[in-house]
Amino acid sequence: MHEYSIIQSLVESVAAAVANREATVHRVDVAIGELAGVDCGLLATAFEVFRDGTLCEHAALTIDRIPARWECPRCGGDVACGGFLRCTLCDAPARLAAGDEIVLQRIELEVA
Amino acid sequence: MCQKDSEVNVVDVQTRILARNDNTAAHNREHFLERDIFALNVMGSPGSGKTAVLEATARAFGDSRKLAALAGDLATDNDAARLRRAGLRARAIETGQACHLDAEMVHHELHHFDLAGVDYFFIENVGNLVCPAVYDLGQSANVVVLSVTEGEDKPLKYPTMFARADLVLLTKTDLLPHLPLVNVPAILDALARVMPDPRLIPISPLGGEGIIDWLDWLRMRRNAMLTTSEVFA
Repeated sequence: MHEYSIIQSLVESVAAAVANREATVHRVDVAIGELAGVDCGLLATAFEVFRDGTLCEHAALTIDRIPARWECPRCGGDVACGGFLRCTLCDAPARLAAGDEIVLQRIELEVA
Repeated sequence: MCQKDSEVNVVDVQTRILARNDNTAAHNREHFLERDIFALNVMGSPGSGKTAVLEATARAFGDSRKLAALAGDLATDNDAARLRRAGLRARAIETGQACHLDAEMVHHELHHFDLAGVDYFFIENVGNLVCPAVYDLGQSANVVVLSVTEGEDKPLKYPTMFARADLVLLTKTDLLPHLPLVNVPAILDALARVMPDPRLIPISPLGGEGIIDWLDWLRMRRNAMLTTSEVFA
């Protein structure tokens, strides 16, 4: 259940982005990769629990789930998920091009 | 009467949520690298044999003063005590209810370690195939300990953990004669579907199988680290 500690870090990241402005945060957008090791349902639940009493108290959380994408580091070609993670042309081990994100993308806030 | 207008802004942030952990991990990594210490994050299920591997490593290594370890568990310092008895410098991290170690916990413990003469620093993570994969601790390599009794499809069930592994140690191989249904090639097949450059060493801490290969891998990776850090020095 590391999703709770991720939400704690998320609230800290939002506070850093808001800086010292007097503001109400309306929306928090995050991107979570398929291979980030984060369960989006648990993350949403953890946000509901932890936002009380923080500057995210009135904010909605939107989660953009990023699919895993593997590619060949030599030719740049896609390597399909589910099969062996090697390029069929170059025989090079694939590299994860997307899908490990745990990112605060943007916040929508109302500045007084 | 004036009414102050409020303004709705969208702030594009694009920052890693675990940036603070990553910064501390980078600090830990620097700490290890400037002392020529090869640090490993050793992960695996509870009971997979992580501590037994480290005990066998100390027995086979020769000069166990070059080995140090942190053992993470929710409670007790039993594993650290076992490692100290095997000859390693070892301390426990009791996480309470936390299911993983983070970089700050490791950083805190590093202040209590005499690292003089240490070449290898093993961070034995909390037994768990999910959460530990998410947190960078400042290690140079990830090792996943998987025992033969856990099922061939474990890598497919926990892809994040195995996708980040540099090496998988398949433990308890001395049990294989009693487990006719366990198919080692099937484990390799599952690994190759989630781990881009699958490396697996079958190892039996009790019987001794694979320990030499594991020590060779450790020395090779540490030498590669030293060569790389010389290039960038």
